[in-house]
Amino acid sequence: MSVSSNSVTVNIGPQHPSTHGVFRLKVEFDGEEVLDLEPVFGYLHRGTEKLAEERNYAQVVTLTDRLDYTASMTNNQAYVLSCEKLGQIEVPERGLYLRVIAAELQRIAAHLMATGFLLQDMGAMGTPLMYCFRERERILELFEMLCGARITNSYMRIGGVFYDAPESFWPALRQFLNEMPGYIEEYEALMTGNEILLGRTKGVSSLSVDDIVNASISGPMLRAAGLAWDVRKSDPYDIYSTLDFEIPVGIQGDVYDRYWVRLQEMRQSLSIVDQCFGRIPKGPVRTEVPLIFRPPVGDAYVPIEAPKGELGFYIVSDGGISPYRCKIRAPSFINLTLLKEMLIGKKMADLVVILGSIDINMGEVDR
Amino acid sequence: MSPAVLEDNALYRNIYSMIDWMLPDFLDGITGYVAAFAIVLVVANIVLVITPLFIWFERRLLGRFQQRLGPNRWGPFGLLQPIADAIKLIIKEDIVPRGADRAVFNAAPVVLFMPVMLMIAVIPFGTQFYLVDLNVAVLYIIAVGTLETIGIFMAGWASGNRYALMGAVRSVAMLVSYEVPLVIALAAVLVWSGSMSLVDIVEKQPVPLLLLQPLGFFVFLTATIAEMNRAPFDLIEAESEIVAGYHTEYSGMKFGVFQLAEFASVVVGAGFITAIFLKGAAGWSFLPSPMWFSLKWLVVIFCIIWIRATLPRVRVDQVMGFAWKFLLPLSVINLVAIAVEMVIWPAPGTTELWIMGGINFAIAGVAVSVLATALGHKNFSPRKPQFPIRKVAGKEGV
Repeated sequence: MSVSSNSVTVNIGPQHPSTHGVFRLKVEFDGEEVLDLEPVFGYLHRGTEKLAEERNYAQVVTLTDRLDYTASMTNNQAYVLSCEKLGQIEVPERGLYLRVIAAELQRIAAHLMATGFLLQDMGAMGTPLMYCFRERERILELFEMLCGARITNSYMRIGGVFYDAPESFWPALRQFLNEMPGYIEEYEALMTGNEILLGRTKGVSSLSVDDIVNASISGPMLRAAGLAWDVRKSDPYDIYSTLDFEIPVGIQGDVYDRYWVRLQEMRQSLSIVDQCFGRIPKGPVRTEVPLIFRPPVGDAYVPIEAPKGELGFYIVSDGGISPYRCKIRAPSFINLTLLKEMLIGKKMADLVVILGSIDINMGEVDR
Repeated sequence: MSPAVLEDNALYRNIYSMIDWMLPDFLDGITGYVAAFAIVLVVANIVLVITPLFIWFERRLLGRFQQRLGPNRWGPFGLLQPIADAIKLIIKEDIVPRGADRAVFNAAPVVLFMPVMLMIAVIPFGTQFYLVDLNVAVLYIIAVGTLETIGIFMAGWASGNRYALMGAVRSVAMLVSYEVPLVIALAAVLVWSGSMSLVDIVEKQPVPLLLLQPLGFFVFLTATIAEMNRAPFDLIEAESEIVAGYHTEYSGMKFGVFQLAEFASVVVGAGFITAIFLKGAAGWSFLPSPMWFSLKWLVVIFCIIWIRATLPRVRVDQVMGFAWKFLLPLSVINLVAIAVEMVIWPAPGTTELWIMGGINFAIAGVAVSVLATALGHKNFSPRKPQFPIRKVAGKEGV
């Protein structure tokens, strides 16, 4: 008797618990092993780039919130930085500090979410996720104090931030800064040395720096591979050049290193917020920019280090009230470049873990 | 009913006398049959009542582990939540997918649930308190327990869904692997007790067997968790990978029966662990023996939920490796050690028991640590952060 076997094509997504939204993968399996795959995008396409051409410059800020909705603050920041460069606008120093505080808190929140969902994809029954969300909740409460919104903040404006922080914000932030290092220790104690976690992550989807650079992948994935490249250092924006912080890097570029780099970056972000907390000057938070803002003809691109990688808005102005073109360099989308290389030959269970370690956000991938 | 059974079994005796008292005199001839029916009804329903309670307990406890409340709306402390869930499942539409094999699809929940109910028969819930004292009880557990795999495979195959099929294939591969260490761990218990009857096994434990066969307990607990498809071995229904595994396509009460069977199998499995390794219902006399059984059972259940709340899931090849490379050698070491000790001390006294326990704990410690270092991630130490850039630098920093 001869035994013949066929490969099985499985549609993972768009409705699937671990595709982080509506990502779809057409995967060909041989038993548990991935033979071939084809990613399908576009289920969350909302035409943000085109919509930006229809709105005036101030209104586009609200669109950026909805790109990577786990990191709205950094999206706001990237957009307003490009606009400010386009319009040659100076921002008051207190505004810059508030932006950096908000962006770094957002980085912690986004990394918490990435770590929590990575562990959830690994099947950890929600405990690490709930731990991570407990602290993310604290950050969202801080954001609520800053701007009244938790997810879609729209806190930053061209020329600064919308409001100054209320009085009650500073003690709450201080308390958070004091407590958060202990919580990070707690995650490490719960997860980092766990044998199952090591078995699931060590050596899984190792990528070399060359491959990653060739695919222009940025963010924690790049740093996990060992290259200390961070836009906050290499091309400082806002007040990052005056702040003292370090870039954690991994060794192998595997899932474990990505997880580990994110945990360390949370610590660095905390130290950045702490420095800002001590130094923030008094004064205005915003340069008055007319609501109908007409930048001169030209173009501008300011990359920033978003939690997921290099994020930038390439804005072309024709002198009108809305951008002539607004191209978004979305790190989530570009980080998916090496998906095939990472996944082929891996097991089904690795597939979801690797996808979780890339930390994609479909709002940003499909735009 | 034969007098011998009535004498040995308090459960039978009590129900029989109650039925005898309730029935009029001219029906004395059928009292035995009515009593037998009542006993089966009582024991089957005990499980059907305990399982929702266990579901509630698990959800509340998981809530505590995860820094949230858990169900707390229906009834005191949310105790009625499982009933509300069951009502919801009953009134939901029962969908059979177009590609499904209808007959097998419908039969699968029953096939999965039946072995769980059958296994209850041999658990001694208390002193003289069991449904049947089978002289091949251990063999019976293993044989009937394996039938669960067939139910799972039927469900996965008949659904006509590829996720379900993957879950089914995983279940067969995994459950068959874990039977082996499970059986060898049980063999060591049989060497000790010289009997396959669970009642005898409980009676022949001078101290809880956990203290004499720690390695056997570890292997048995782990393999049982794997057999029950519980985390960290729940890859049959790994929700982050294959959605819901073999019961992806099931809805309504069929899904409910799957859930019930799964949780009931945890209830039953914890019962076996209690009986075999924790000396069953034995305890001090200030509490009745079923209470002691329940307390020990609760501790086992707590540990199983604790494991579920803490550990990530193992990958499918790692699951197999764990069974064959780790649990199997451990169970064999345990069996050999117990066998040698039984030859040296056929009837151990208190001193010999102490020596035996000491030796076995030492063997367990050495064997586990040697195998774990050989198979695990060697020399793992929490990495110190490395920072190639020390000072604040501009563009030249890269």
